[in-house]
Amino acid sequence: MTLPPTPAQTVGPFFGFSLPYDGGPHLVPPGRADAVRLHGRVLDGAGDPVPDAILELWQAGPDGQVVQQAGSLHRDGWTFTGWGRAATDNEGRYSFTTLRPGSVDGGAPFFAVVVLARGLLDRLLTRAYLPGDHLAQDPLLAAVGDRRDTLVAVEDETGFVFDVHLQGDRETVFLTHPRD
Amino acid sequence: MTDILHEPAPSASSDAAATTQAEVSAEIQQLSDDYARTLREGGEPETRTRLDYAPYRSSVLRHPTHAFAPADPEGVELWAPVFGHRDVDPFEADLTIQHRGEPLGERMVVTGRVVDGEGRPVRHQLVEIWQANAGGRYVHVRDQHPAPLDPNFTGTGRCLTDGEGRYRFTTVKPGPYPWKNHRNAWRPAHVHFSVFGTEFTQRVVTQMYFPGDPLFALDPIYQSVVDPDARARLVATYDHELTQPEWCTGYRWDIVLTGSHRTPRHGDVEPDAEDRS
Repeated sequence: MTLPPTPAQTVGPFFGFSLPYDGGPHLVPPGRADAVRLHGRVLDGAGDPVPDAILELWQAGPDGQVVQQAGSLHRDGWTFTGWGRAATDNEGRYSFTTLRPGSVDGGAPFFAVVVLARGLLDRLLTRAYLPGDHLAQDPLLAAVGDRRDTLVAVEDETGFVFDVHLQGDRETVFLTHPRD
Repeated sequence: MTDILHEPAPSASSDAAATTQAEVSAEIQQLSDDYARTLREGGEPETRTRLDYAPYRSSVLRHPTHAFAPADPEGVELWAPVFGHRDVDPFEADLTIQHRGEPLGERMVVTGRVVDGEGRPVRHQLVEIWQANAGGRYVHVRDQHPAPLDPNFTGTGRCLTDGEGRYRFTTVKPGPYPWKNHRNAWRPAHVHFSVFGTEFTQRVVTQMYFPGDPLFALDPIYQSVVDPDARARLVATYDHELTQPEWCTGYRWDIVLTGSHRTPRHGDVEPDAEDRS
């Protein structure tokens, strides 16, 4: 039996009083010794920033463990839950403070990212891979060909930069996960 | 919650206000006719919302143009974040008790089940809602609709589904409100829903509507689901069994996520035990 899914609708412009919450972007406290930053901009097809987007981050811990711990909405400052949420600012910028994801079951480490925005009728799913030579073996990156760089975060002095292009020459590769 | 007073000022509206409802309705009709023809010619029904739906003007520069890349879900994608009682207070499911007084409007209960594509309940998982007040006004400075704010209503709630996947909120029925997609554009009354599954890939953010809304045919967001059967899945059912004497009306709305890739194991999303430890 397969039930037809409930369709999506846009998150709209008025989520700001509901979805963002204190501590949402900080999976670990900024300033913790092993904290890294995942940050970037969300841009539209004209290259303009999207100031009313909200991103969600879901990732493994540095040891490659998928965390199954409550506490993302009320962080205790110590428990790493692997999940966070960050709205974009007026310049379309978002920023998470988190830990470097480890490899799960030998796969290339990545941050799983959900993108929601006014004007976006359904959520988009993508991956921000950690850069490095190990990516040569990744089947998804091999399959997307010359658009692969849109899926790879760029290392900077604070951590990683990952821009999301909703449309345009550098449109980010967004994913679907068909069932067998 | 974020301090709404520090949200940026509303940006200037585009020239969208020059477009009439008749023009937008004609575009909606054209896309609907095209879809009906595709179906008659043997095309598959579309179960998903279109990302590229020009009658909704804000989507024009914000929809991806490439097809999604098929990916084998791996690692964290086969799992969902866990939320528990440390995250969500049971009082957050009642939007009518967040202030000193009672909000204005029609008090209502909205309840239903969250299930996956196989009909399995999504247990102990987070459901978030947000909505306008009974006058059609959001607690958000970008909402400049000159309808009254209600000092007794914020319009945001959360709950965890129970062991059968059921959620339940007490709130007031939101009003319809104007927006700037085109001249004299009005959104049908709706409640925004944000739902998690047992896997990352099942994440859905959507809107629940009310039966018989006269604005349905005019609304490019609702109509961005071009298949009439799929669109109807966004509309709650009035249920007199949920209506309580001298108290509130009741609506039922079930949410179906896509199928899961991983065979769920007992205790996949069972934060309760861990929370109580």
